[in-house]
Amino acid sequence: MSKLMLGNMAVARGLYEAGVDVVSSYPGTPSTEITEFAAKYDEMHTEWAPNEKVACEAAIGASIAGTRAFCGMKHVGLNVAADPLFTVSYSGVNGGLVIGVADDPGMHSSQNEQDSRHYAIAAKVPLVEPADSAECLLYTKAAFELSEKFDTPVILRLTTRIAHSQSVVSESERIPHETGEYVKNSEKYVMMPANARPRHAAVEKRTEALREYAENCPFNRVEMGGTKIGIITSGIAYQYAKEAFGDEASYLKLGLINPLPEKLIKDFAAKVDKLYVVEELDDIIETHCRKIGLSPVGKELFTYIGEYSPVYLREKILGEKAEYTEYPENVPVRPPVMCAGCPHRGLFYILHKLGVTVSGDIGCYTLGAAAPLSAMDTTICMGASVSGLHGFNVARKGEFEGKAVAVIGDSTFIHSGITGLINIAYNASNSTVIVLDNSITGMTGHQNNPANGYNIKGDPASAVDIEAVCRAVGIDRVRVVDPNDLKATEEAVKEELAAKAPSVIITRRPCALLKSVKHKPSAVVDSDKCRSCKACMKIGCPAISMSTGKAKIDNTLCVGCGVCGGLCKFDAIKEGV
Amino acid sequence: MMETRSIMIVGVGGQGTLLASRVIGSVLLTGGYDVKVSEVHGMSQRGGSVVTYVRYGDKVASPIIEKGQADLIISFELLEAARWVSYLKKGGKIITNTQQIEPMPVITGAVKYPENIVENIKAAGVDITAADALSLAVEAGTPKAVNVVLMGMVSKTVSFDEQVWLDALKQCVPPKVLDVNLKAFELGRGIA
Repeated sequence: MSKLMLGNMAVARGLYEAGVDVVSSYPGTPSTEITEFAAKYDEMHTEWAPNEKVACEAAIGASIAGTRAFCGMKHVGLNVAADPLFTVSYSGVNGGLVIGVADDPGMHSSQNEQDSRHYAIAAKVPLVEPADSAECLLYTKAAFELSEKFDTPVILRLTTRIAHSQSVVSESERIPHETGEYVKNSEKYVMMPANARPRHAAVEKRTEALREYAENCPFNRVEMGGTKIGIITSGIAYQYAKEAFGDEASYLKLGLINPLPEKLIKDFAAKVDKLYVVEELDDIIETHCRKIGLSPVGKELFTYIGEYSPVYLREKILGEKAEYTEYPENVPVRPPVMCAGCPHRGLFYILHKLGVTVSGDIGCYTLGAAAPLSAMDTTICMGASVSGLHGFNVARKGEFEGKAVAVIGDSTFIHSGITGLINIAYNASNSTVIVLDNSITGMTGHQNNPANGYNIKGDPASAVDIEAVCRAVGIDRVRVVDPNDLKATEEAVKEELAAKAPSVIITRRPCALLKSVKHKPSAVVDSDKCRSCKACMKIGCPAISMSTGKAKIDNTLCVGCGVCGGLCKFDAIKEGV
Repeated sequence: MMETRSIMIVGVGGQGTLLASRVIGSVLLTGGYDVKVSEVHGMSQRGGSVVTYVRYGDKVASPIIEKGQADLIISFELLEAARWVSYLKKGGKIITNTQQIEPMPVITGAVKYPENIVENIKAAGVDITAADALSLAVEAGTPKAVNVVLMGMVSKTVSFDEQVWLDALKQCVPPKVLDVNLKAFELGRGIA
């Protein structure tokens, strides 16, 4: 039956049809839905792991045990999982092993736009890249066959426009994968130097075999049209090129990106007048073309930055411009904001008020950097808030102690905040870490996590006791506050900053968007009492405006959190009834 | 071969634009077209300006829509209609909700919410239908049905049998809230 499916959903369907038994992932836009959809199939064990390294290693274990296994992550997640990747490349697999990674050109929801294809080259593993949802399903299944045939992990690379576009997919039945025999084989799986040396030789031999395979791989195909323009491309860039030039051009559409074919590319190049390489982000295919002696037009014409589009390609290759009419006035921007009732708001209001330096992290609360809260100084990667604060405090020799905090969400704390906290305790830095515990992984769309007591299926699960963890690693000052209680929150931050010891404050209140959270009626403004002082505007709540000269609360947005009421000196904001 | 047609669904994160794109996608697939829908997830969903692209025809390549290409823009919020009007093709049409949701720069007082948006768009020679979808949604039973009111309005423009739309709605909406949504759809369909 034909269905519209997100690329991510089609990957999940591919896992199911390929007979995969184990899926272990950490959520990250734009990869999250692969694992969410996979969890709907009861035939597969599907789980959220605490981070991508753990997920990847769990999948490796399952593969060595003889089942087909998958782990999914966003591009920056592969940095975390890079350690096992580089060595499982040497050990190879037993059951098929596929690592799904979703890049985010244009940074729709990411802190960088790194190109994961580099990892495939560096780790010497094959990488396949689909160009629509049907190929997502097809390539996912084929990746397992490739993995088993060549005894290698395989990277399945998506980008945002593939992962988050729906297109037509035909489903077929699941073919259960017969679990292979597990035989102890330390020469293959114990990667100590004496064993790893011959395995490296095996990897090089494998790459040779894969190069040969690439020449006839069914996922590398030539589509001949007009021969004035020849385009070597892959993934979403293929769709853009096809949209832009249709039958005017000829295409070499590559599905296997590592290793790349030589003869196939040279043959194609010989058939066209002018050869272009169209690939978003880095010049992976172009560099290969130059290595084999070709001189295509690539990054000298096309940018390394952001996403491409059909209009962009026509403009660059043919010099054409699109025609359109702009709105006659400036249109105010609409940046993302913390939701009305967001439990992070109270904390960031206090941090802004106290003027402290804030070492930030990855999650919804990164929006605390935006005006009017503007309470964030740094955001680098998952966990860097905690470890970075320690380095900052050590470097400034106490100058910032008592003036700087780290903020990190519950899921991010589990992901990679705990090790940083151990460093704070172990190396005795007088640092204050605030764990924003909203009982969910929020930004990626509400995934359960090891601290909230539920597994991926929504069933009750063991929950990490964050307070106990903090104490266990050596932090004596650990306290919990409700971030909607501004007074208590301010007091806690001031006291822990003043204390001459490492400390942790846990601001605990569930995400306001959780279905289990009961909302109070919308707050109301007594406009007779409102003096238009704008004190309530300082929290940047999207439900409050001053369009009528007095504070006004949008009752379709307000969830009655009461934070604004606590700021009004004139008692003009009341609880709704 | 039929030229690929392009529909944009624009609004504010949280307004239910994703559901709308899924309903339209389902309707078009039933209509026998090749369909691609491109969505945005993640950070920009948090109250930011969001856009979904729907493209359909005999064979669709690119899932995205660029300036000057949309046959139809469905706007869930008035300011967003102004923001995305440049994406409209000459002779294209806008269906917009007149609801205003102030963006943060307006809330903080840095800029004003533009006035006379519908008039300005009309003056540029654009075919625009504007309606207070929020009030109609409330009339149907919940302010959350704004998206389905707009679907009702769209159903007259992207003309398929009404039953196809109703079947798509049934597929995409939880059974619990189906009745409210069917009412919202009829109220929207009554306008256009």
